Amino acid sequence: MDATAKLKDLAVSDTGFVFDPYSGSTFSANEAGMKILEGLKQGLSRAEIVFALEEHFEVRGDDLARDLDEFVLLLRRNQLVPADFSLS
Amino acid sequence: MERPLTVAVTGLNATDNPGPGVSVIRSLRLHPDFDGRIVGLAYDTLDPGIYARDLVDDVFIIPYPSQGPAALEARLRHIKERVGLDVVLPTLDSELASFIALEPVLEELDVGSFLPTHKQLDLRSKVHLSTFGESAGIKVPPSKVVSSVEDLYRIHEEVAYPFFIKGVYYGATLVRSVDEAVRAFHGVVARWGYPVIVQAFVQGDELDVVAVGDGEGGLVGALPMKKTFITDKGKGWAGIAIKDPELIELTRSFVAALNWRGPCEVEVIKDADGAYHLIEVNPRFPAWTYLSAGAGINLPYAVVRLAAGLPVEPMHDYEVGKMFVRISLDQIADLADFQAVTTHGELLSQRGED
Repeated sequence: MDATAKLKDLAVSDTGFVFDPYSGSTFSANEAGMKILEGLKQGLSRAEIVFALEEHFEVRGDDLARDLDEFVLLLRRNQLVPADFSLS
Repeated sequence: MERPLTVAVTGLNATDNPGPGVSVIRSLRLHPDFDGRIVGLAYDTLDPGIYARDLVDDVFIIPYPSQGPAALEARLRHIKERVGLDVVLPTLDSELASFIALEPVLEELDVGSFLPTHKQLDLRSKVHLSTFGESAGIKVPPSKVVSSVEDLYRIHEEVAYPFFIKGVYYGATLVRSVDEAVRAFHGVVARWGYPVIVQAFVQGDELDVVAVGDGEGGLVGALPMKKTFITDKGKGWAGIAIKDPELIELTRSFVAALNWRGPCEVEVIKDADGAYHLIEVNPRFPAWTYLSAGAGINLPYAVVRLAAGLPVEPMHDYEVGKMFVRISLDQIADLADFQAVTTHGELLSQRGED
């Protein structure tokens, strides 16, 4: 299954409760995580998600991109995206 | 208008390793169109389901499967005469052979059932699962049937450690050495007799499906579930309905390959690569069957209708994310009820009371 389909089916509540209907697993995401998931569900690129985070949280710097990559690694590790998924 | 049915259900042993009966009965009670009576069939006077008086109308003690079909036949004839019976729904592996053998008798008594055949039962058994998997194109972990403890000393040449030692009906113990294997072997034989099945361990997530086959190769409905809390006996104490079209297709393949008739539980391991390995098919409803009713596909009610010769449409849509969380509670029972079950082997409700 491709990343878009998988992410589309991921249920994310307003409080950051995340449910993967394929594995039955549940997770908690903070506000930044929810924003990233929102961007991924919309199919945004890495730069676009970083920009969205900058705008939303009014922060700048390289840390944002690094945090984003770390979050994607977490998604891969928990099989919420395919093992070969990476942001362009 | 369809008349209310009287349905007999077995497996009232709702202990910490529960039989499926109470779950099946609760499913029937949950269905808005079910207004029939429930007759509980129990093996032990302290089976908890006997005392669930809000669920079960009448209760009868029935003979253990080891007493043979003739004893069961006599008891079923008595029950039919006492309270009437339209459908019987056995829920335990060890009793199925007797109920299947009695199908002609049930027919004569005008009692409906919806059971697999002896052949179907045999082909999906742990003893023949590997062969079946090969013929149906379904991956099954390597396994070996052993009937002597001596076999275990060379079993590693065919099935590598760690592996499971399984009883013919129930039980699975993971073993990592020959000493553990021998110990588990004796435990299984003492409880369930021969043969014993050695099955390779596959790393991954265990997923289970409750399903019903229509007996003509079609799937009436299926609900996949992942256990989210497991007891020290390895039983699911909580679980969640998941979306897994591939697993439903595997279940469909199993049902089609055997023309499976009746309920079943398909147990698989999904490995890290996403491949499914069929580890077991239980020929009856699992103890977590109530989840199917809660998630919108009431499979026990479908089986009752099929057993009564009533039409059933295939059910596809269920609520993904619906969960079950089991609970232990203390029922209050009357001594008079216990006395009735102990001395007469039956506990009847007042006719027409409800």
